[in-house]
Amino acid sequence: MADFLIGLGLPGWLAWSIAALVAAILLLNVIAGGALVFIWAERKIAARIQDRLGPTRTGGRFGWLQSLADGIKLLAKEDLMPEGADGLLFRLAPYVSFCASFCAFIALPFAFDVVGQRLNVGVFFVVAVLGLEVFGVILAGYASASKWSLFGAMREAAQVVSYEVPLGMCVVVPVMLAGTMDLVTIAEKQSGWMSNWYLFHDPFTFVIFWIYVTCAVASVNRAPFDLAEAESELVAGFHTEYSGLRWSFFFMAEYGSMFLVSALAAVLFLGGWNGPVPVAQLVGLSEGTGDSAAYFVRLLGLANLIGKATFGVLLMMWVRWTLPRLRIDQVMTTCLKYCTPIAAVMFAGAMFWQLFLPGGLLPGWSRPAGEIREGWLEGPGGLPATSAPAVVRSAGVAAAEPSDSSGLAKRSPR
Amino acid sequence: MMNVSVAASILPSGLPLPVSFGMIPLFAANPFTEPVGVIHYLIVGAVLFTAGIACMTLKRNALGILMGIELVLNGANINFVAFSSSYLRAEGAPTLGLDGQVVALFVILLAAAEAAVALAITLNFYNNHATVDVDRADDLKG
Amino acid sequence: MTGMLDMDISSMTHVIVPALATTALPALPMAGINWHSVLFLLFAGLACGFAVGVVAADNVVRMALYLVFSLGATAGLFFLAGAEFLGAMQLMIYVGGTLVLLVFGVMLTAQAPFVSIKPSSSDRTLAAVAGASLLALLLTAAFSVDAWMAPGAGVVPAPTATPLGMALVGVRVDTPPSGSPSGGHAGYMLPFEIVSVHLLVVLVGAAYLARAKRRRTPRAIDAVASAMPVEPAVVATAAVVAPGRPTGGAKSALVGGGR
Repeated sequence: MADFLIGLGLPGWLAWSIAALVAAILLLNVIAGGALVFIWAERKIAARIQDRLGPTRTGGRFGWLQSLADGIKLLAKEDLMPEGADGLLFRLAPYVSFCASFCAFIALPFAFDVVGQRLNVGVFFVVAVLGLEVFGVILAGYASASKWSLFGAMREAAQVVSYEVPLGMCVVVPVMLAGTMDLVTIAEKQSGWMSNWYLFHDPFTFVIFWIYVTCAVASVNRAPFDLAEAESELVAGFHTEYSGLRWSFFFMAEYGSMFLVSALAAVLFLGGWNGPVPVAQLVGLSEGTGDSAAYFVRLLGLANLIGKATFGVLLMMWVRWTLPRLRIDQVMTTCLKYCTPIAAVMFAGAMFWQLFLPGGLLPGWSRPAGEIREGWLEGPGGLPATSAPAVVRSAGVAAAEPSDSSGLAKRSPR
Repeated sequence: MMNVSVAASILPSGLPLPVSFGMIPLFAANPFTEPVGVIHYLIVGAVLFTAGIACMTLKRNALGILMGIELVLNGANINFVAFSSSYLRAEGAPTLGLDGQVVALFVILLAAAEAAVALAITLNFYNNHATVDVDRADDLKG
Repeated sequence: MTGMLDMDISSMTHVIVPALATTALPALPMAGINWHSVLFLLFAGLACGFAVGVVAADNVVRMALYLVFSLGATAGLFFLAGAEFLGAMQLMIYVGGTLVLLVFGVMLTAQAPFVSIKPSSSDRTLAAVAGASLLALLLTAAFSVDAWMAPGAGVVPAPTATPLGMALVGVRVDTPPSGSPSGGHAGYMLPFEIVSVHLLVVLVGAAYLARAKRRRTPRAIDAVASAMPVEPAVVATAAVVAPGRPTGGAKSALVGGGR
């Protein structure tokens, strides 16, 4: 788009700024619009599961205007701050939470070549930034000068720090199978039929996916792990004292994180933007070229990924309205005594499977075995033959490689 | 107190007054158009290092001292990264290459380990003295 | 929205943070503005400003918050210098480690007398003088080498995550840095193993140090809790004479508060 704007005669810096702004606003809309839809869905699902009445009146059929009306109500609410609160931290906390949730979207690929910033260490970045969200919660709990808030924040801190361990172990397995931490490449590796998804790679990855789901639910503080805002004990936990717009920032951060961990699960285990059936590839369209057909394929991929992520969010809602809340000691037990050891064993199992059974059990289903992703070891003597192209992708996806890694060619020879 | 010894070790040696005149072209150039070099990173590293040292000497809170240590290690890390980055060096100038990043990685790991042990000690200190004020840790004073 | 997205797809890559995309940078037809420098100034200002904030603040929670911002901005600097893996590592471990610091800060200083322990003003002056002279010394040293003063050539470094991992298991696959005296190609297998064992030892040691001990004499913190508004100065003496209370200190009370 920047090139297009430059073509219109705008100066380069302005074109780049506008392009960056458009992309940022699009990402922001993923969170804000997503929250709008998901809160409505959550109410409807809760109503179905628990035999309640969901939103019925506002907006006629299905109560679809309810979340919009809620948004207006939140905007109009009075913004309160408790007497003994630490003003700066109290005001800052929601934004810290929201920014952490938002920043993680930068590295998340939505479809082929639709990614804010393709990072070589994408998985690592997303998990790291997601872990920062808890800062806002702790600050909110501390700054509110309220017992309930502090209890909630401390519980959340303990919970998130504990659950990062098994979550990291789960995330490492697809990274090991793909041989890279680049989220785009990980998704590319799972293209083709559904059997190529890492979920079905071997039994260990199948188990570890469910561990990931558990840990992801816990790390975004959804029921049954929502001890930080357990309303039966802690009023509303860390956001007891918040109202109006600040509260809605926490709210959007929560829904943004839910969508993010679901999308991450989709990219890591469920094939990313690759559908269960490679429709586009079957009719001979390619997403790598620059024509309009490729855009159509990418749009299809976008729909695929958002569909999978939405499914993940709906799954979390289903779990929330079905299971009772755990006690804090049970939460810790689940993490340390069950999730972590199982994840460790499954990690070792997936490693051995990749070593000894790389083709799978069924000979007809064999997938490319032991592919070397990056060309470090291909040159003589273990050194790359030339220094210029640092990353040599293997043949399978070389044609589909987007232009951004070709910038490496600009690296001048020594 | 603690500060006196640090100040004494630096002050008598004389303030390093002849601050190099090489700084002048750096600040004269337009910072928005000039490409960034190693020296910029070194300045940031120096500021962080100094802030860390000041934090370690100034704070009476044990956790504040820990934060000072983190800042000092971080300032050192910035220097390692700057020297290992070919982006920041002039064309053909030698860099530390990967080794600088490996060392920075080890520094991060050791900082994590150090923080864990120091926090455990702080917790014990708190259990025994009901405060984290390090000036109160004078049980062994004769 | 879809139409907009459709048009935008081709260039969305590397658009959000243009200067992070160091690969696209040299080719930018910009009106003299170097985005890399602008972002560097932003991150450097944040890092330095919040580092000074850590020194200036008295409230331990605010100190931790400023430290987090400073370390996060440093991670941005690492990304700008092309050390992506290190930047992510910084975010994960350093900033995550500070999170624990923050939690401890809240836990150990939640009682009113301990929220801010202020240094005396003479200490402040001394620290300012010592800090200024140290900074001058470091800057003089930094400016004394001409080669360091040269602006960067903008040679985009290769991604370092894989070579870094290979180096840690003892295989060097990167190009040796030119002009390096030793060829610079030592693997890091042994240091890696040592650090791993070190971390394990630290894990066990920290758990041992911080374990809940059964004690005959009550802990000082229990005395504080039972005789609440109390001057910090009398806490130590109160600890000796206070009647015994069962253990279960601030931490367990906070974390397990909902049982």
